[in-house]
Amino acid sequence: MSAEPAATDVAIVGASVGGLTVARALRRRGFPGSLALIGAEDELPYDRPPLSKEVLSGRWPPDRTRLSERPALDGLGLDLRLGRRAVALDAARHRLTLSDGATLRYGRLVVATGSHARSLPGQSGLAGVHTLRTLSDSVRLRADLRTARRTVVVGAGVLGCEIAATIRDLGLPVTLVEPAAHPMERLLGATIGGELARLHTGHGVRLLTSTPVTGPVGAAGRVTGVRTAAGDVVPGDVVVVAVGARPATDWLAGSGLTVDDGLVCDDRCRAADDVYAVGDVARFGGAGPAGRGVRLENRTNATEQALFVAADLLGTPAAGYRPVPYFWSDQYQVRIQVYGSVPARSSVRIVEGTLDSHRFVAHAELAGRLVGVVGWNSAGSLRTARRLLDTTGPAPATALPIRPL
Amino acid sequence: MRISVAEDRCVAAGHCVVAAPEVFDQREDDGVVVLLDPRPPAGFRETVEEAALLCPAAAIRLVNGAA
Repeated sequence: MSAEPAATDVAIVGASVGGLTVARALRRRGFPGSLALIGAEDELPYDRPPLSKEVLSGRWPPDRTRLSERPALDGLGLDLRLGRRAVALDAARHRLTLSDGATLRYGRLVVATGSHARSLPGQSGLAGVHTLRTLSDSVRLRADLRTARRTVVVGAGVLGCEIAATIRDLGLPVTLVEPAAHPMERLLGATIGGELARLHTGHGVRLLTSTPVTGPVGAAGRVTGVRTAAGDVVPGDVVVVAVGARPATDWLAGSGLTVDDGLVCDDRCRAADDVYAVGDVARFGGAGPAGRGVRLENRTNATEQALFVAADLLGTPAAGYRPVPYFWSDQYQVRIQVYGSVPARSSVRIVEGTLDSHRFVAHAELAGRLVGVVGWNSAGSLRTARRLLDTTGPAPATALPIRPL
Repeated sequence: MRISVAEDRCVAAGHCVVAAPEVFDQREDDGVVVLLDPRPPAGFRETVEEAALLCPAAAIRLVNGAA
């Protein structure tokens, strides 16, 4: 008869920036308990924003994305389990099952599993079709680009636009295909989205907006292009599918937790007693009758939410989690920065510079209230933007749109 | 505590300035980080560590201190 191993005090599932930051923040505040960090990929924790830019272009070697080296991780005193996914959770019994068959009892759990790239019907098994979510995805795409003659990027969100810009910088032909009328329209609105369209076409991108794609077409196991909803084929021997992400919650089926396009949490980011969520996977402020809450897919939310959750785990009383959303995107020589959001119904006003001066600041207003600040090569001017939004409170319309399940 | 910043990683988000305005600033033209004090007094450790954790480009390192 063997005794069951002791429960780990805090188990963190997901070893990307959200999960790692929870661990770092707990140790920084002197948390003495046992801490397990479980990562699906067989890589030390790394950062994702460079994958579509510095790594894909070859400006950085892949290991420059590392968030922590082995000695620093060792210094955190973690039970670090990489290359293993959590495959099941029994929240009532505080028990995790991992893909290597191990079970892990925990006192409290942090879900930081992030999201998976969405794909198009029919893309699996076809060589030359890529998604970009992981470091190995980026390395694989870069290798495939070496012999590419013409490329297609499906989806002109942040990721698709950055990939298209990087591929153009590498000198390859790109067709960028997007169902909406402008690139990054949901994030920037039509006015600034139109300026972004001009930026891409000015760099030689063939931009097809208002063009939904039904899937890839191929011959002899290799992609030859994508088919549009109108039935046309856009030719390409490398196709990158950048049509959004879905939260990584499959493993939570049967856990007893509420999953609804993300793990549903209250405004303290708790999905249940002793279960928290951070990062892309968390739909926070969504428990109770108030609504479905918000889920943010951006780099700064992952760390801000991780610090909030670490403080809550340590018993530091805090008001609800109410971040000012922020993201940036680098395309060609342009840096776009957005605080808050630019809802479709908002009015967008250029408050500094002009659209055609390639350097401007815009305010998005909804019912007379400032809800978003956009900077276009204006990082200096944007230094005060966050404070502007802080005083008015973050916009309620910052959530990702609810997708049908 | 000694701080180093990697200007070539910095993405000008300015989160460091919000966390520790006594230690970090941003250049006026491109918003890139300016390290005001590479060896701040020990009393700033907590806010500097927070700035390092919040930096979305992982551009701030504490040479002896946090992981």
